[in-house]
Amino acid sequence: MKILVFAEQRENKFKKPAFEAVRAARGIADQLSGEVVGLVIGGQVRSIAPTLGGYGAHSVCVAEDARLASYSPTAYARIIADVVQAQQATIVILPATAMGKDLAPRVAVKLDAGLVADCVVLKVEGGEIVATRPVYAGKVLTDVKVASALKVFTLRPNVFSTGESSGAAAPVETVSPDATDQELACVVKDVKQSLGKLDVAEADIIVTGGRGMKGPEHFGLIEELAQVLGGAVGASRAVVDAGWRPHDEQVGQTGKTVSPSLYVAVAVSGAIQHLAGMSSSKYIVAVNKDKDAPIFQAATYGIVGDAFEIVPALTAEVTKLLGKS
Amino acid sequence: MKLAVCINHVPDTAAKINIAAGGMNIDKTGVTYIISPYDEFAIEECLRLKEKNGGDVTVISLGGDTHKESLRKALAMGVDKAVLLKDENVRDSFAVARGLADYLKDISPDIVFFGKQSVDYDDGAVGVMVAEMLGLPSVSVVVKLDVTGGKAVAEREIEGGREILETTLPAVFTAQKGLNEPRYPSLKGIMAAKSKPIEERTLPAFSGKVTLVQMQKPPAKPAGRIVGTDASAVPELVRLLHEEAKVI
Repeated sequence: MKILVFAEQRENKFKKPAFEAVRAARGIADQLSGEVVGLVIGGQVRSIAPTLGGYGAHSVCVAEDARLASYSPTAYARIIADVVQAQQATIVILPATAMGKDLAPRVAVKLDAGLVADCVVLKVEGGEIVATRPVYAGKVLTDVKVASALKVFTLRPNVFSTGESSGAAAPVETVSPDATDQELACVVKDVKQSLGKLDVAEADIIVTGGRGMKGPEHFGLIEELAQVLGGAVGASRAVVDAGWRPHDEQVGQTGKTVSPSLYVAVAVSGAIQHLAGMSSSKYIVAVNKDKDAPIFQAATYGIVGDAFEIVPALTAEVTKLLGKS
Repeated sequence: MKLAVCINHVPDTAAKINIAAGGMNIDKTGVTYIISPYDEFAIEECLRLKEKNGGDVTVISLGGDTHKESLRKALAMGVDKAVLLKDENVRDSFAVARGLADYLKDISPDIVFFGKQSVDYDDGAVGVMVAEMLGLPSVSVVVKLDVTGGKAVAEREIEGGREILETTLPAVFTAQKGLNEPRYPSLKGIMAAKSKPIEERTLPAFSGKVTLVQMQKPPAKPAGRIVGTDASAVPELVRLLHEEAKVI
């Protein structure tokens, strides 16, 4: 059997979740005596394609066309479905990144396949894949199976490990994208990066400030701590709704769901909707004046005290630690 | 302009969710149901597009009788027409998309709007599945939309920034928070909604493709520890993060 993995690239560099997806696919393929075929779509991506071999791909298909340097949901989805069929793959795995989440539903419909989105566990039981995914903002986990012959899974980023690359180079097969003008009529024209800022969705360490920070002018403390830790700044909904921080920093049920190794919640009360966005973080630190704040129920470590005292002290102590080592 | 918005009727995000005996459904006792929050941005955007371009807005929901509550709220916000596609036993996103696409293909909308994901199942799939089933282009997770003539320019959220896409119409969009500020229904709107009809259609049973094995609560976390009550606890916290958690 064959598993096709869509390996997302941006600016001709693979996104880390692409490696996570290849590694996870290889784990499944090994249990089902199967093979992993990677797929890369883009403008000039041939040279990066073999690196997927280091994460477990047996081979990689490359669909290259200058017109595909920009993402097109309609063209990319059709190419993925075509390659699945040409390769006779029965399982399709994509990272649950913005691009992967956009492509997977189209690919599923084209292949008449069941889709399981945002998986946090993939296992093989009795020769079948059983996937675990969170629902109700993570308040419940569901184990599901796909009944159709073809199956599509997207994997939550930063949950599956990439493992170390073995350095192996996978053989590459060229695929003719044959992108049509009609498909390319829906296409990215421009990308605006949030300059100099690490996105919470991609960060392994996040420092979030809540309403207890009392105002946008105090977020400098949060930014400093995030910087010293090499992490991203996050915000609770209250803080975003008050206009203190931009929406792209919001963590929570109507913000982003994150699963970093370390989540530091500063002056955040810990409403259910906030916890829904970050409770699968590996380690959670809470700093709050209120000892009864619900955030302490979710936290691994907590300090009950004044954020304005504690955060600068934390920044100083971490700086000291990292300076030493 | 013919506008359609598809909404879902879901547990309030503040609700504590318990699993019913048998582990195959949630326990609905005491749970308040609302319009899925992202769907409100979709409704609002359709109302604005109608205000700017003329036309009409139809709101559709697929599910049981209780969905009428959310359809009424949408009517109270100002949508013109509401449709309930009746299915008491909704299976998965594919089945929902099939039912919606079947209805939508007969009304040929210029724009179909969805919330980016329904906050019960969080699949984020139905909108784009419907687009594919209707043979339409789509842009998901939209935070800004400009429509002129038969074209649209949409900004969508991606990691670390935004992508700007162009597409022809008809097209499907899924709404992200930040797209607009949904209006509160006026008292006049609420009163008028009471007498607006809700068209009902009963669907054939669409089989799903994903089967539930079981639901479970996330694993209980071991109790955390309070390291201290002022800045003097900071060195110990940092030590724990470095030596115990090994995250810094």
